[in-house]
Amino acid sequence: MGNRLLRGTSLLAMFLAVAAVAMTLLVNTTSLGEHPWLRVFFSVSALNFTLRASVPLILGALCGILCERTGIVNIGIEGMMLAGAFAAFVAKTSTNDWPLLASLLFGVGVSLAVGGAMGLLHALFSIRYRMDQIISGTVLIVLAAGISAYLFDRDAVAEGKFGAIALPGLSQIPVFGEVFFSNPPLTYLALLLVIVVHVALFSSRWGVRTRACGEHPRAADTVGIDVNRFRYVNTMLGGMLAGLAGGFLVLEAVGQFQEGMTAGRGFISLAAMIFGNWMPFGAMAAALLFGYTQALQNELLLAGITTVPRQFVSMIPYVVTIVAVSGFVGRVRPPAAEGKVYETESGSE
Amino acid sequence: MSHPAVPALEARSITKIFPGVVANQEVSLQVHAGEILALLGENGAGKSTLMNVLFGLYHPTQGEIWVDGRPVTLKTPRDAIALGIGMVHQHFQLVPVMTVIDNIMLGDEPIRYGLLDRRHAEERIRALSHQYGLAVDPHSVIEDLPVGIRQRVEILKALYRNAKILILDEPTAVLTPQEIEGLFAVMETLKRQGKAMIFITHKLKEVLRIADRILVLRGGRVVGAADPQTATQSQLAALMVGREVILTVEKGAARPGAAVLEVTDLQAKNDLGEPALRGVSLQVRAGEIVGVAGVQGNGQTELVEVITGLRRASGGQVRIGGVDRTHASPGQITHAGHCSHVPEDRHAYGMVDSYTVADNLILNQYAQPPFARAATIQQAAIAEHAEKLVKKFDVRTPSIETPGGSLSGGNQQKMVVAREFSRPIQLLIAAQPTRGIDVGSIEFIHQQIVAKRDEGVAVLLVSAELDEILALSDRIAVIYQGRILDVVDRAAATREGLGLLMAGVKAEPT
Ligand SMILES: Nc1ncnc2c1ncn2[C@@H]1O[C@H](COP(=O)(O)OP(=O)(O)OP(=O)(O)O)[C@@H](O)[C@H]1O
Ligand SMILES: [Mg+2]
Repeated sequence: MGNRLLRGTSLLAMFLAVAAVAMTLLVNTTSLGEHPWLRVFFSVSALNFTLRASVPLILGALCGILCERTGIVNIGIEGMMLAGAFAAFVAKTSTNDWPLLASLLFGVGVSLAVGGAMGLLHALFSIRYRMDQIISGTVLIVLAAGISAYLFDRDAVAEGKFGAIALPGLSQIPVFGEVFFSNPPLTYLALLLVIVVHVALFSSRWGVRTRACGEHPRAADTVGIDVNRFRYVNTMLGGMLAGLAGGFLVLEAVGQFQEGMTAGRGFISLAAMIFGNWMPFGAMAAALLFGYTQALQNELLLAGITTVPRQFVSMIPYVVTIVAVSGFVGRVRPPAAEGKVYETESGSE
Repeated sequence: MSHPAVPALEARSITKIFPGVVANQEVSLQVHAGEILALLGENGAGKSTLMNVLFGLYHPTQGEIWVDGRPVTLKTPRDAIALGIGMVHQHFQLVPVMTVIDNIMLGDEPIRYGLLDRRHAEERIRALSHQYGLAVDPHSVIEDLPVGIRQRVEILKALYRNAKILILDEPTAVLTPQEIEGLFAVMETLKRQGKAMIFITHKLKEVLRIADRILVLRGGRVVGAADPQTATQSQLAALMVGREVILTVEKGAARPGAAVLEVTDLQAKNDLGEPALRGVSLQVRAGEIVGVAGVQGNGQTELVEVITGLRRASGGQVRIGGVDRTHASPGQITHAGHCSHVPEDRHAYGMVDSYTVADNLILNQYAQPPFARAATIQQAAIAEHAEKLVKKFDVRTPSIETPGGSLSGGNQQKMVVAREFSRPIQLLIAAQPTRGIDVGSIEFIHQQIVAKRDEGVAVLLVSAELDEILALSDRIAVIYQGRILDVVDRAAATREGLGLLMAGVKAEPT
């Protein structure tokens, strides 16, 4: 039954995708583009905005997938992201005098490291100290918000951010070249990571073992898999991805840090993970949908369309998130053993 | 029988202590290549614990393990697997959402170009399943498979790892008689190939048939050994329990009253959406036991689930005590219908692993006095109730505060039975009530079922054990492909006749 639902949804998604591609081509190359409403929905700028808004959601959702597939509930993505963003900002501002690329890459490295450290903290709380994983996640959020606000130097300025790299050849494709193949590096990386995580999860040794730990840790233990070691490692890897999402915000999207700048993206990532049924591509599709709603909001304001009150326009992303997730909860299936401590005499803690 | 000098696996004076429980005390055993050692013992005697120690899942408090004449330390199952030890666990250790291939290769996955080589694994699995007659589709997903097939997967899992020593912890508890025959054939093959096996079961008949040697545990100690050539079932039972066990049920004639459960033309679908019940009609009267006999998978499970409100009927009617309860909720059926249910799968429907024994014992009455007053739970009443039941039903537990999940398999079952048998009811639905229970306790539970009947309760008994059906039932309904093929009086029933009916052959009236 679940399968039929999935097949139905993916057919529908495929149909919508084809329709969207056709409309995009028409709107951006023919006179259809003169229609303001169609521009709101299908213009290149709307699509670019969508991708940009989706990248942190994609990375955040991948973080959630890595943690939850191995059995650790992670509602602290928001905190990991914020910590990564702040760390990237500090790293960038303190290396402003380095060559730009080196300084930016250093920022990326530091955001990965700090995200990983947040992941380790979550794993320690959840596994070694058997803390409730929801509470541990909340602690991470509060911790990141508090520390970043306290240490934030409002006078510091990060100089420069990642610029777009047009992929030779591919970026010449009409309309889509502009949307997909002339982006800054972390955007490419995020899209690549979706593929990497998917392949790793379903076709690598690490992946089957990870999923076994999240579904039935005892079964994994009885074939000699060290469940808790997998949980530590994956929670750290997930933390690194969330940290990278923060790095993206500072080093590629905005260029600066602001207090609370993740603004709920960690939670929307969580929604994308659920909506995407704990699958990397599903989560990406959900993230793109959520990103698209933000783009719509933006484009409507830009186009000066006033027939729809602004307050309603601002609600779009949240309403879509709520509707999507509430419609799907109960039909998607989370990893069976998530959130439960695995007690064993063998293996590490 | 002559053995090679060195045992394949040897436990030397193993002691295992859990907080508050000595599960094994100085247990020693040896098993040789090409030999089947049967391990018998009451529920909670420490059999599973000992096997988990030999498999590296638990660390012994004291004692040594020797493999092929050398002492070894088993830190994790990985060490045990590397030494050629394989185990089929009492509760299957399979990941439900994964395929057979993924489950079997898990932990020992073949790799090609850095990625999983599922095709290679599949070939090996096919070869093994052909070689040992363990037919299974490598691409099916575990949760879609019946238990019998799941068990084959477990055995294949061990063989895939080249196990030389195979531990089988109650492999027959959930199998049908036909599947048990199949398993025994596999075990004979493995034995000829020189594998050493430790086989745990509560069914004495099986032990006498397949074992080369028998070892009996009681209270965590080895209390005796027996030779299957000369031992009898009652000797073994006495050795296990420490007293004489009456293996037959004593009961008087039934004095049936009015119909309590009336099932009319009931239809329902199974989990795959296929018709499982195709018009079942059945009556159980007060003061009688109706046994449902049939080969597993002919609709017994669905019948029980529909009656107890766990599954929707797609047609027909269920009346309990004269009231239509076809689409009632499980809660209504339990309380307003005064119905008790001993479920087939105790882990799914019978208990909450992480709740204490005391809480598990009031799962269906926690909101009623004396366990609740106004909005508060009455701990004292719950504790008193628990102490009483634990004693009466001989649930072996360190305390009533122990989590239900850490009891031995049979004691979990006794806990569920204790709860369901200890409230005023008019209807008792018992599905596999003695699954995984030792002979001593079976005797007791059978007496309890008969006592319920004599109190005037209507009892519907579903069991895969024909012996159990024959021992308890007043009337026997044979279910075949979702229909009741025939209902026969116990006095008129024969093993052969029932066997034919269960195979779908209905004798023409002559
Ligand atoms: N993880 C555990 N923690 C605490 N006590 C345990 C644990 N596992 C088993 N025990 C206790 O150890 C004793 C032996 O249990 P074990 O499961 O070995 O019995 P068994 O002989 O396999 O019984 P059964 O026939 O019912 O399966 C029981 O008293 C049980 O409550
Ligand atoms: Mg056991």
